[in-house]
Amino acid sequence: MSNTRSKCALKAALAATLFGASLLSVPANAQDQRTYDDDPVARGDTPESIKGYEIAARSDRSDSGFGDSKVSANMILRNSAGQITERSLSFSTLEKENETVGDKSLVIFNSPRDVEGTALLSHAKILDPDDQWLFLPALKRVKRISSANKSGPFVGSEFAFEDFTLTELNKFTYAHVGEEEVDGMMMDVLERFPRYEKSGYTKQKAWIDQAVFQARKIEFYDRRGGLLKTLTLSDYREYDGVWRAHKLAMVNHKTNKETDLIYTEFQFKTGLDESDFVKGVLLRIR
Amino acid sequence: MAASNKLLDNFASGLAQWMIKLRWIVIAISVGGAIAIGSYASQLEFSNNYRAFFSKQNPELQAFEDFQSTYTKSDTFVFVLKTKDTSGAFTNDTLAAVELLTEEGWQIPYALRVDSLSNFQYTYAVEDDLIVEDLIVDARNLTPDELIQKRDIALAEPLLRNQLITADGKVTAVNVVLQYPEKALTEVPEAVAVARATRDMIEENFPNLEVYLTGTTMLNNAFAEAVNNDLATLVPLMFLVVLILTAITVRSISATAATLAIIILSTTVAMGFAGYIGIKLAGPSPSAPVIILTLAIADSIHILISMRAAMRDGLKKHAAIVEAMRINFLPVGVTSITTVVGFLSLRFSDSPPFQDLGTITAVGIFAAWFLSMTLLPALLSLAPIRIKSRPAGQTRNQVMLGFANFVIRRFRTLLLIIGISVAALISFIPSIELSDQWREYFAPRIEFRAESDLVIEHFGFYPIEYSVPANEPGGVNEPDFLRKIEAYTEWLRVQPDVTHVYSITDIMKRLNKNLNADDPAYYRLPDERELAAQYLLLYELSLPYGLDLNDRINIDKSATRVTATLDGRVTTKRVREFLKQSEKWFEDHAPDIKTSATGPQVMFTFIAQRNVESMILGTSIAVAAIAIIMILALRSFRMGLISLVPNALPILSAFGAWAILVGEVGFSVAAIAAISMGIVIDDTVHFLAKYMRAHRDKGLSSADSIRYAFETVGVAIVVNTVILGAGFLVLTLSAFKINEEMGMLTSLTIGFALTLDFLFLPALLLLLARFSGETIDVKGDEYVQHSFEVRT
Repeated sequence: MSNTRSKCALKAALAATLFGASLLSVPANAQDQRTYDDDPVARGDTPESIKGYEIAARSDRSDSGFGDSKVSANMILRNSAGQITERSLSFSTLEKENETVGDKSLVIFNSPRDVEGTALLSHAKILDPDDQWLFLPALKRVKRISSANKSGPFVGSEFAFEDFTLTELNKFTYAHVGEEEVDGMMMDVLERFPRYEKSGYTKQKAWIDQAVFQARKIEFYDRRGGLLKTLTLSDYREYDGVWRAHKLAMVNHKTNKETDLIYTEFQFKTGLDESDFVKGVLLRIR
Repeated sequence: MAASNKLLDNFASGLAQWMIKLRWIVIAISVGGAIAIGSYASQLEFSNNYRAFFSKQNPELQAFEDFQSTYTKSDTFVFVLKTKDTSGAFTNDTLAAVELLTEEGWQIPYALRVDSLSNFQYTYAVEDDLIVEDLIVDARNLTPDELIQKRDIALAEPLLRNQLITADGKVTAVNVVLQYPEKALTEVPEAVAVARATRDMIEENFPNLEVYLTGTTMLNNAFAEAVNNDLATLVPLMFLVVLILTAITVRSISATAATLAIIILSTTVAMGFAGYIGIKLAGPSPSAPVIILTLAIADSIHILISMRAAMRDGLKKHAAIVEAMRINFLPVGVTSITTVVGFLSLRFSDSPPFQDLGTITAVGIFAAWFLSMTLLPALLSLAPIRIKSRPAGQTRNQVMLGFANFVIRRFRTLLLIIGISVAALISFIPSIELSDQWREYFAPRIEFRAESDLVIEHFGFYPIEYSVPANEPGGVNEPDFLRKIEAYTEWLRVQPDVTHVYSITDIMKRLNKNLNADDPAYYRLPDERELAAQYLLLYELSLPYGLDLNDRINIDKSATRVTATLDGRVTTKRVREFLKQSEKWFEDHAPDIKTSATGPQVMFTFIAQRNVESMILGTSIAVAAIAIIMILALRSFRMGLISLVPNALPILSAFGAWAILVGEVGFSVAAIAAISMGIVIDDTVHFLAKYMRAHRDKGLSSADSIRYAFETVGVAIVVNTVILGAGFLVLTLSAFKINEEMGMLTSLTIGFALTLDFLFLPALLLLLARFSGETIDVKGDEYVQHSFEVRT
């Protein structure tokens, strides 16, 4: 480990500890703090990028130590003609070991009926294509999806698969662009730039509150730099120091289509481990 | 009756005298007022959306709007890349250009999706892996073997062949789909500027490539460019024509200047009004200034010619102006009203630009009439006009008198010949074909037309869209439904003029093969609904941004879209036939599926029909209103009705002649009758007004009244016809086909109207006189002798 790296790590740890200690609302974070490395590229070297990175890091790390989680969700899709359709899915997530890799997740589709039991296992990567396997119950086979694309709409919604891995710290470089008061909350405003070449975006702009360090709003900018989508995260609830938004509303400004993702109650530390996130498990889901 | 005539005469004389007396005030108020209204013309905007041609109630537009909000908007740019040599699309150079263009396509403002050979999502299987990747990556470094392999894949792919790559592999296309916020008129030109720069950049970097640029965005842009083109060329030309014709007719610089002032101010008022009420100029509406210039001049010409005649008869200038005003007050008023009625009936059109044309022109004509009654006498009273009075004993117009005598002598022969000719022409009308192929709306000097003409040599041009509904959410995955879509797709593919069909079934079949280890035996539709649904889920998870299936399957998967592209050379008639056959296919093979075609092509295919339907009522009301006006103006029920004959026949004859000479006409056809009826009736009004004055008020015989009419207004009618004809001929130079046809058909009508007014109307009057037992004085010697007494 290089000298600068360890210095940075120390700085981040100190910063996190300070913030953690100063805010009674999230005491768990400070105590749970694991050792992290700063990624020098993601971190950058200008004051804005370092500040942006640190705010993002504080936000990402605010839920570190959640271990694993399970949650059901409803997706409500609306097109510009006002037609509505729903999908229901459940997510299981295993927290990443460290910041050089992403979380592992298992998505099971419950409805529509035609895709019931279809399961998607992902091992998120930071800068490489994710590893993904899909179990198709009608085919009774597991297929590995070899595609560099993470930017297409997820099951026809306005969410891309890459939007679900928003908090992976080192996927972006950052710039802190200011502070704003929104709905009575002070927010840090960050711009972040995807480092993954095949990302569908050139830029995202995130509003992160200064109280519990959660993203409240994210704007997505397309390849021309034009505003493409806005994600509003609301109904935040605290689970023993870990915060989760329960309503994610995505609006596509180009097509006027919308998707709401509504989570039910999260369950944490349900006892999942690595062996629940291997390819073989897909066949046993039913 | 004579009393009311006297009343009107007195009013007109009085008005003229006041206008001369208060001329400085009149000039100040009317010029100031016209300029004040005209200042709003700066708010005029040019529409750049083909949807502007359809009313909100238009069923084809509504269907298409629904379609677009279910799938995606379908505004496009199509770039077509062709090598200057024969090397074709599958070279490192061309594919590198495609790759670059695909990347740059995303930089075009409002781009939603880019489809090309390079970003085509090629799927294949390696054991249990489904590989999804761009078909062409790093084209510069592909080996000759790889190039051949890519070529084979592309040409075998039904979604690409003849859509993005020609079947011979020579010419390739890149398609960019855009979604405009539709908030500002600057959006289209903004996107077009970037698209053109992108094209130029490709041509510069790849000297072996020619790039053609078309698509519905270029179409939209062409509408605005055609308007600019027209306003920049036709309006100045029209000014020149008007200037020359007026100068020749009135032979006085100051009178010409007065006339020009009237028509320029009339046009200014009309365009200012259009700007004030927020009209967006599109297609036919920008021809309003040209039409107003043409029509507004008529009022002035009639007054000026009368004034000259009165001065030649020895009246002083001011007295001559009052006299000219007096004898023209009624006919100029009536002709203005009929023209206004004709144009206002365009408000019934289904097409807003025609409604706007009607409104703007009606305002312009009204302004011209008002200014001719106020500003013109005021200006003329200031003009240094000197005309020698003619020597005593000379009739005023030997040519016209001779012509009158000819018509009177030969009236039976004329009735017969003209009657038969007109009937013959009319019999050809049914052979007219309605044609609205939007590529052909523009003259080749408009870039969109020129480039599209090159594109249709290689690719289809007119997409016909179908949203085919399944019976329930998720129903598109039902094997039975998919089989029907497949059968329909196959049927479409063998239809003549269908160049390409885009259908979800091709994707389904490919996925079924890929997920069964690329076994060609599985290149068929999946047998189970769940299988199909799960394939799609898998496929959707693998697609990049912008290449999703949302534009092919609706959100609850209860309907899918099938697109058939038709050859750019098809006729509108063939399109209608195709649509009918397609409808029949569903009736025969899938009676439970209710779908109908939509898209710009479908909208334009029925635009003429919609406009004809909507204008039948409008034209009927105009005809009825004009008949009532004529009856009141001529104060004779019989004459009012007779006046319609030489006005209906020229229109019908013009259509007949058109059927023989051209054969096809766009949706302007619907408006022609209403427009030209209001215009050509002017000649009849002038002729019959003079005829009635002589016949009823002066008690002359029918034949002598005809001589009187010819002698007094014959020249004015000819001059008027020449001016009107010239004005509408100027319109034929429009870059927009609809205006060109409107100009030609109206000029033809005006020509026929002169012929019928001069040869047929007098003959008809004489025939009626014969029926009521009058003897026709063929020689007319007595008339010449009395010519001075009947002057006024």
